[in-house]
Amino acid sequence: MSSSLPADCVGLVSPQTVHFDQPLALACGRQLDQYDLVYETYGQLNATRSNAVLICHALSGHHHAAGYNSLDERKPGWWDNAIGPGKPIDTNKFFVVSLNNLGGCNGSTGPASTNPATGKPYGGEFPVLNVVDWVHSQARLADLLNIKVWAAVIGGSLGGMQALQWSITYPERVRNAVVIASAPKLSAQNIAFNEVARQAILSDPEYHGGQFYAHNVVPKRGLMLARMVGHITYLSDAAMGSKFGRELKTDHLNYDFHSVEFQVESYLRYQGEEFSGRFDANTYVLMTKALDYFDPAAAFNDDLSLAMAQAQANFLVVSFTTDWRFSPERSREIVDALLEARKSVSYLEVDAPQGHDAFLLPIERYFTALRGYLNRIDC
Amino acid sequence: MRADLDIIQDWIPQGSRVLDLGCGSGELLDYLTQHKGVQGYGLEIDPDNIATCVSKGLNVIEQNLDLGLTNLATGSFDVVVMTQSLQALKYPDKVLAEMLRVGKTCIITFPNFGHWRCRWYLASKGRMPVSDFLPYTWYNTPNIHFCTFRDFEALCHKSQLTILDRLAVDRLHRDSMLTSLWPNLLGEIGIYRVTR
Repeated sequence: MSSSLPADCVGLVSPQTVHFDQPLALACGRQLDQYDLVYETYGQLNATRSNAVLICHALSGHHHAAGYNSLDERKPGWWDNAIGPGKPIDTNKFFVVSLNNLGGCNGSTGPASTNPATGKPYGGEFPVLNVVDWVHSQARLADLLNIKVWAAVIGGSLGGMQALQWSITYPERVRNAVVIASAPKLSAQNIAFNEVARQAILSDPEYHGGQFYAHNVVPKRGLMLARMVGHITYLSDAAMGSKFGRELKTDHLNYDFHSVEFQVESYLRYQGEEFSGRFDANTYVLMTKALDYFDPAAAFNDDLSLAMAQAQANFLVVSFTTDWRFSPERSREIVDALLEARKSVSYLEVDAPQGHDAFLLPIERYFTALRGYLNRIDC
Repeated sequence: MRADLDIIQDWIPQGSRVLDLGCGSGELLDYLTQHKGVQGYGLEIDPDNIATCVSKGLNVIEQNLDLGLTNLATGSFDVVVMTQSLQALKYPDKVLAEMLRVGKTCIITFPNFGHWRCRWYLASKGRMPVSDFLPYTWYNTPNIHFCTFRDFEALCHKSQLTILDRLAVDRLHRDSMLTSLWPNLLGEIGIYRVTR
């Protein structure tokens, strides 16, 4: 971090942890008797408690969305370009809450946490979660913060699914839902990629059925492969092409199997390596399952418009042209269902070369719309 | 407000569901939302117009009209409006049919290519008409399907549509005795209300 913080940064922030001991019933039929959630907040909650915004994170995200946790932190939170004073999610106006989801590995109770029943880490025994479970746990956090209604629930990718689910499960508690680069359910291709990622982890000999903690190892190879596959789906062909092309790391071909030759190989390995050092393998498997299981229309005769008819929120839906993980067509399904359900909705298809990753980038058109939309919200 | 929009808003009942095809910066929708309690949606493809609509709190959907309205349910709107876009569409007849599938009535405005100035331009110069109002040349114009009032009415007749209201106006959207007497010769813009 540089010696002085920019004026539009939320500054130094400290995560807080809250313990819940009221059991949480889960979609899988099991329950969590007690759990912790770690979260950060930015901005001030106003007197009428009407300016609260919930940020929902994607697959590998966490609570640290903006600002710095310490002066030596190299990079700010993962969505710092969008959250801050004067930024699209303006902390001069909103009180922003960002948490690490249940099952995560950044402080909230997850597979690496100690199971009070056994005194050992949950590991593979941690219940498989569904997006609706996260929404219920987030509602408990809202209760604790005395937030009855969110001015907006905002998320990209898997985060967008949480925003959608919020509007269906707690219609009276969401005034606006912002659903970015998301989908109403995964396609067979999406699930297939997730399955490859899971198999990479599950078949790593160091996974030990999810109980690798006891063996003092991590299934690094599997996690690395999972991340590499994931990363391919986050970028567009064009983005990879312009970033790496067929550039070589060496000045000639080695005609062997082990050298890292192409830049793109080096990049993927680096990403996988870095990720496997900081992320929990069980959390990764769990997050991909939550993605696969997400299908809010299933409870409504597979009719998404019936599901969306529950909502009272206004919606902003955004997609990116080169996103092939959750393509614009997938966002259109959401928009069409909202239109059919006669809900208020605006939709943007932003021309962006970056693929799925675009939702994390400060693309002018996208940020202008986000800012314009959020500015209109009365608090 | 643009004069043609003022005429159109008068034709839209209080509290109706309105779809505005090519809604621009949302001028009509904004007015209708504030003064007539309509639930309105605009379809638009221009990024700046979309941003403006969003910042006004209007419902705007990024959608290319040439790709159809198949995503919208039959009879889901009371009124479907399209101002000054008909002539720029690839398939104006199909869009018209779609408008009347999605909406109970539609309001359409378009420039009249049968106006005396167009006729004079073509007759005297032997070239495609260019004016301040329609300043494009044939090779760069977005307006690829010009028609006259009579052409449009022939299409309505062929498609068995009923014309409920018709107003021929000049470029300042004024109607006069002359434009109503010889609309196809003296009217520059046609404002039609059509139903099935």
